[in-house]
Amino acid sequence: MTDIAVSIKGLYKIFGKNPKKALSRIKQGMSKQDLLEKHNHVLGLNDINIEIPEKQISVIMGLSGSGKSTLIRHINRLMEPTAGEVIIGGENVVEMSKNQIRDLRLHKASMVFQKFGLHVHRTISENVAYGLIVQGMKSDEAKKKSHKWLVRVGLEGFEDHYPSQLSGGMQQRVGLARALATDADILLMDEAFSALDPLIRFDMQNILLELQEELHKTIIFITHDLDEALRIGDQIAILRDGEVIQQGDPQQIILKPNDDYIIDFIKDINRGRVIMAKSLAEKGRKNQGPSVNFKTVLEDVLPIIAKSKSQKVNVVDDQDKFIGVLNLESVIDAMARPNIEVSETYR
Amino acid sequence: MDFLFKFPDMGRDNLRDFKKDVDTSFLEFSGEYGEAIEKAFDPLLYFLVWFEKLLINTPWPIILLLIGALAWFGSRSIKISIGSVLSLSLIGYLGMWQDTMSTLAIVSAATFLCIVIGIPLGIWMARSNRVQAIITPILDVMQTIPAFVYLIPVVMLLGIGKAPGLLATCIYAIPPIVRLTNLGIRLVSKDALEAADAFGANYWQKLFGVQIPLALPNIFAGMNQTIMMALSMVVIASMIGVAGLGIPVLRSISNQYLALGLLNGLAIVALAIIFDRITQAYGKRLQKHRYGEHND
Ligand SMILES: Nc1ncnc2c1ncn2[C@@H]1O[C@H](COP(=O)(O)OP(=O)(O)OP(=O)(O)O)[C@@H](O)[C@H]1O
Ligand SMILES: [Mg+2]
Repeated sequence: MTDIAVSIKGLYKIFGKNPKKALSRIKQGMSKQDLLEKHNHVLGLNDINIEIPEKQISVIMGLSGSGKSTLIRHINRLMEPTAGEVIIGGENVVEMSKNQIRDLRLHKASMVFQKFGLHVHRTISENVAYGLIVQGMKSDEAKKKSHKWLVRVGLEGFEDHYPSQLSGGMQQRVGLARALATDADILLMDEAFSALDPLIRFDMQNILLELQEELHKTIIFITHDLDEALRIGDQIAILRDGEVIQQGDPQQIILKPNDDYIIDFIKDINRGRVIMAKSLAEKGRKNQGPSVNFKTVLEDVLPIIAKSKSQKVNVVDDQDKFIGVLNLESVIDAMARPNIEVSETYR
Repeated sequence: MDFLFKFPDMGRDNLRDFKKDVDTSFLEFSGEYGEAIEKAFDPLLYFLVWFEKLLINTPWPIILLLIGALAWFGSRSIKISIGSVLSLSLIGYLGMWQDTMSTLAIVSAATFLCIVIGIPLGIWMARSNRVQAIITPILDVMQTIPAFVYLIPVVMLLGIGKAPGLLATCIYAIPPIVRLTNLGIRLVSKDALEAADAFGANYWQKLFGVQIPLALPNIFAGMNQTIMMALSMVVIASMIGVAGLGIPVLRSISNQYLALGLLNGLAIVALAIIFDRITQAYGKRLQKHRYGEHND
């Protein structure tokens, strides 16, 4: 098992005049709806428990208003929780002093924003260096470092431009470079690519994945886009109305959604292109038929199975080591949409 | 019936006593503290006198050169720079050089004072809604009360001369810079500030690195208005003994010198236009990158 970088325990956030009192009402079983209508308090986060493993991309997904931004802002305490704990490196962020929080933001966790959050009065190079300047680094050293990151995100030559002179995709690359420049281990990304066109978004996902292969940051990535979540997430937590309703391996969420809300979420994805052979491989003996890599998606497995006489293929890992067998029936099953009846059995 | 047509006032005697009480207590106050307050204004007075002498004693070609340079660095526009130098030359040619220098001195001193007090005040207002709620009505009063009305206590307190003139000018001219500093800081985008927070910026880093730079176009607009208002106080200030272009205007009113009054009035207008163009062009230059020459 990998180590846990961030551990969120029993986190509540209630917006309103008297959140503590509202919290006790919630704990006594009052619904979010009643709390809003009768007491005019908004239940933003409801008993969140998530463990974020180190050096992986953890996606938090949910529709608008589900509390994603609220949740991620508790990790570097841009928001004050009503109750609960956020543990980073053995320390509870909720109990940190002002200086400790500042240290956290300066060195341990940096952030990328949906609307980029660039400073329009600073050049691109100054924007990327912002975190370093705030740390107190000397300006030529900061400049050198920011140049390195600008090159990494493909913006060499734009050092002296201003944000308004760049396209959205380029601006967000500046945002990414700014966050990476501080060398923080944790990267908080709140719908970082949502404001971009689909093609640019795809590019940005590639940039992020490429960088991650080398940097191994702990990335907490917020999105409302399932395709994006599946593409980049090592694991996914799904948020609804301020509650985590399922979390785990993306493949498991698609194969075994435990809630109608999630079924609704995943019903339109192209399952053949998302589900991988490894998720369906069953224990068994290696057979005569062909082999596929464990990360092959079903769409690509299908023609191979169809040609195989036994209607089975062997699933192997990157080192060609046998993992299990995959048969046609389970492939077809998995590619069919789950429906409500199916999901009932998983409840 | 009588009751309806005569407003039930407090009565002549009571009223007289009331006014007398106010007057005597203010007189007592000014008798007791007037000197101390005057002392407090001394450094400003010295600065003003020194600056005025400096302007007057500097050879005129150097002043013209300085104004031209100021216009160039402010606006980066040849048109504005040459226009400023030409209009100042014309003013000098028409015999108003010395008065213009005196006016420049008091307007500069007043603007300086307004900036030094007004910007921190505006920042304070932007920080707290309570402070804003208290200061806004005071600014409203300062802007709407006729200048002659507050000349009375100012003169009672400080007498006649440059210091009360400076004070009166500042009372009149400070509201715009306070208001626009406050507004500018309040309008700074939440996203830019949140980014600063997320990267661990402290209070001063946020203030000087994000809020003030982003509010600068508004602060500049306030400064521009403050200069304009200070200039428009020149005639009134001359009533309490401030040297400058206002004095000949006053003289023209009492003696019906049309040409003299007109020329000096136009000189004030010319100064106003010069400063307005320079500060506005500078403000625009500050904003150049904000909204992008091109957006793709
Ligand atoms: N300051 C606030 N005061 C009151 N309610 C708030 C506040 N901030 C957020 N909320 C509420 O909390 C809920 C979650 O908001 P949040 O911004 O976290 O959602 P989100 O999942 O990030 O949505 P989006 O996809 O639109 O960004 C919403 O119902 C919102 O109305
Ligand atoms: Mg959000």
